[in-house]
Amino acid sequence: MQDNTILRLLTAALLLAALPACGGIEPWVKPYERDRLADPIMFLDANPVSSAYIQHVYEAREGARGGEGSAGGGCGCN
Amino acid sequence: MTMRKPVTLLLLFASFAVSRAGVLPDDRADILYHLYDGGGVEIDGPSVLVRKQVGKNVSVVGNYYVDMVSSASIDVVTTASPYSEEREQWSLGFDYLHGNTTMTAGYTSSTESDFDARTYSFSVSQDMFGDLTTLTLSYALGDDVVGRSDDATFSRDNTRQHYGVGLTQILTRNLIATLNFETITDEGFLNNPYRSVRYADPSSGTGYSFEPELYPATRTSNAIGMRARYFLPYRAAVQAEYRFFTDTWGIDSHTAALTYVHPIGPWTFRAKYRWHDQSSADFYNDLFPRPEATNFRGRDKELSTLTSQSLKFDASYEFLQDGWHFIDKGSINASVDFLMVDYHDFSDLTAGAVVGSEPLYQLDANVYQIFVSFWY
Repeated sequence: MQDNTILRLLTAALLLAALPACGGIEPWVKPYERDRLADPIMFLDANPVSSAYIQHVYEAREGARGGEGSAGGGCGCN
Repeated sequence: MTMRKPVTLLLLFASFAVSRAGVLPDDRADILYHLYDGGGVEIDGPSVLVRKQVGKNVSVVGNYYVDMVSSASIDVVTTASPYSEEREQWSLGFDYLHGNTTMTAGYTSSTESDFDARTYSFSVSQDMFGDLTTLTLSYALGDDVVGRSDDATFSRDNTRQHYGVGLTQILTRNLIATLNFETITDEGFLNNPYRSVRYADPSSGTGYSFEPELYPATRTSNAIGMRARYFLPYRAAVQAEYRFFTDTWGIDSHTAALTYVHPIGPWTFRAKYRWHDQSSADFYNDLFPRPEATNFRGRDKELSTLTSQSLKFDASYEFLQDGWHFIDKGSINASVDFLMVDYHDFSDLTAGAVVGSEPLYQLDANVYQIFVSFWY
């Protein structure tokens, strides 16, 4: 059961990773339209040292864990 | 034993890579002081993080973190004696950027008097579709050694493995969202060597006695989390998030949160409300009917049915906005989290009530953070 779950996750991820090879998908938000997403108030995790700490507190006080790893943010542009 | 979950800080390494795979994280340093105060437990200490780019394609990050624990928690006062201890944690990570791909490797070592943990992590992030989409695959392996402060010969091992898939997606010019799956497996000695469960005992003056808890030797959990952040027309942001969690111990949980961010000049204010609700582990019982009543036994209040709510207020002030020598800018931040936990099946034995009719325990805790950050 556990192996199946991991296998399914990896298969889904590989399929997603292979999608660009299909081509034909135009970025619908152009780089010059990402100024608002580049604003620091849009960073999903502007202060990683602080958010890692508070997540540590929640994991110690509750029975759940994981699923919050992708705490990035920003616009994918320089 | 209170706050030992070292793998959490692996987020320090993975966080930036996820949605900015084609860009190395900013060079920065953070000096943080944290204080947790509630339920008879006080935990404080520093966390220092330094990140620096080396050459064009590599970024190195290091973190030093300390928990100084002084505990007279509800568990401790009902079955043991108050104690003090210290946990020290070191982390080192590397990001390597190649085109639109970022590879991250990390190592974390956590040490306390009766618990050692080492964690190795690796992740790969790839930008796609004109940098609208970032896909991240991550893996972490943890090796723990559990000891006892009153028995130098006691030593048990744990192995933890984390498998993660994350997707960050720009949806519109005002909206960004993330989706994460994470599977975690544990194998080894998973219970607390000091904690006890309670069972009915008519021969005891209180009507109950204690025996050591006994957990299964394996645990597998799956979590799916999503969050979306939206830029409001007057330059503010709102974020909604949700997570569903389920594991082989029978715990299911739902967690949701709403955050509002409002900048005013050099100030940024944030407010967040978070709600968490969970069912109990199958082998949890507040009062077992007799000793060794079931194969596995637990009375850890974190494995009970519970509802947790927290309210956070955070303010940051940006200074040196025009730079100073090698520093590009700095900020000072302060926050407080008010945490309230209602346990639906964990009795407060300090009330001294008749067995079976004790009031349920409630926890109120305040979590304070103050930190200074510099970008250079």
